[in-house]
Amino acid sequence: MIRLARLGAIGLIASVLAVIGAEPARLPADQLAKAVRSDSISIPTPGELFAAVEKPGKTDWSGQYRGPIPVTYRNRAQIALNLGGLIADGFVAVEAKDSQQVKNIGSDIIKLAKALGVSQNLLSRGNSINEFAENNEWDTLQEELEATQNEVKSSMQSHSDQDLVILVSLGGWIRGTQVVSGAIMHNYDERSAKVLRQPALVKFMQSKINEISPELRGEPLVKGVSEQLPGIEKLVSFPADKAPSLDEVRKVNEAVGKVMEEIENKALAK
Amino acid sequence: MKRCLLIFLSLFVIAVCIPARAETDAEVQARKGALDLAGAFSNDGFKIRDGHWCGTVKPHDHALIAVNLYAGNQYWFSIGATEPAKKIAVSVYDETGKQVTTEDYNAGEKAAAGFAPANSGQYFVSIDLVEGQAGSFCLVYSYK
Repeated sequence: MIRLARLGAIGLIASVLAVIGAEPARLPADQLAKAVRSDSISIPTPGELFAAVEKPGKTDWSGQYRGPIPVTYRNRAQIALNLGGLIADGFVAVEAKDSQQVKNIGSDIIKLAKALGVSQNLLSRGNSINEFAENNEWDTLQEELEATQNEVKSSMQSHSDQDLVILVSLGGWIRGTQVVSGAIMHNYDERSAKVLRQPALVKFMQSKINEISPELRGEPLVKGVSEQLPGIEKLVSFPADKAPSLDEVRKVNEAVGKVMEEIENKALAK
Repeated sequence: MKRCLLIFLSLFVIAVCIPARAETDAEVQARKGALDLAGAFSNDGFKIRDGHWCGTVKPHDHALIAVNLYAGNQYWFSIGATEPAKKIAVSVYDETGKQVTTEDYNAGEKAAAGFAPANSGQYFVSIDLVEGQAGSFCLVYSYK
């Protein structure tokens, strides 16, 4: 009897261990916290965001165009934020397969990049963008836009302007989110709406802004944008398994739209 | 005195001009391996993201990076490594630290993991050294 009970206990322990063994592996929170986070891998490009939205159905990308923005900004932070936004506009024009719009935006990107004094290599990028647009090479254009964004960033780094790099990424994310939330509002689909859940991304960008120089962080535009990020983080913190409602999408769109207006507004920057 | 100042100024200029750590030859080689592998997925319509992450993977340790992914996309994370690392593995975890099921490819110094996230948000890509000694690795990712 005792032997049977012992065998039963061993069997029970073995079953429990087998179940535990079948569980997927887990990483503890302290290891997750120590994970590397980098601008070039941890922040997705507008192209990735747009690719995910496009899946459930046809998106009216040209309906998300905005009017031309000034390319005569003098404030470097404002130029960097708008440069990010313009690159996102370039991705929108590629999704819309609109070669003239791609060429217009490509030309504005080069003008803004020149104002920052970034690499001369960008001029040849501008020419390539025009050439690919004329030949309707949309996949190559997307790669070229991504490469342009990276070249702007690495040029900033080599000119000791690394603080501006995160502003380019942030400008791109804000404009990308404005475009996507706008498109979802016009044609609501739960699957598309799920792309808006990105609290960790907003938190990461906020943490990078906290690392930039106090002078740049104290500029009215950067300060204003930075102060709105915690509110935006809350708005994009939906439960993982639940798609945001149309009303929640509208709130995200309004919040990023307000920030985008400030970024575009010439009078706001110092 | 002037010479000292000149030397100091030259050092300052060099320091300012090299803000980021330059990649080693081994990392460049690892990156080539990762891009070769990612190129195979391009035939299935995957676009390679123009960005990479290089580092060193050590025995009994893993290299971990956070990525932000979108539900609706499919992803492949491709890794290349160099000798004396002999075999590497790649795995993906969700924001709670739970390992997600991936389609895996392992070929010694190259490995890849592919999956389609059901939820948008933060994920973690882990690179583990299975065989060999500490060596350089490089990660690139593709999406469609």
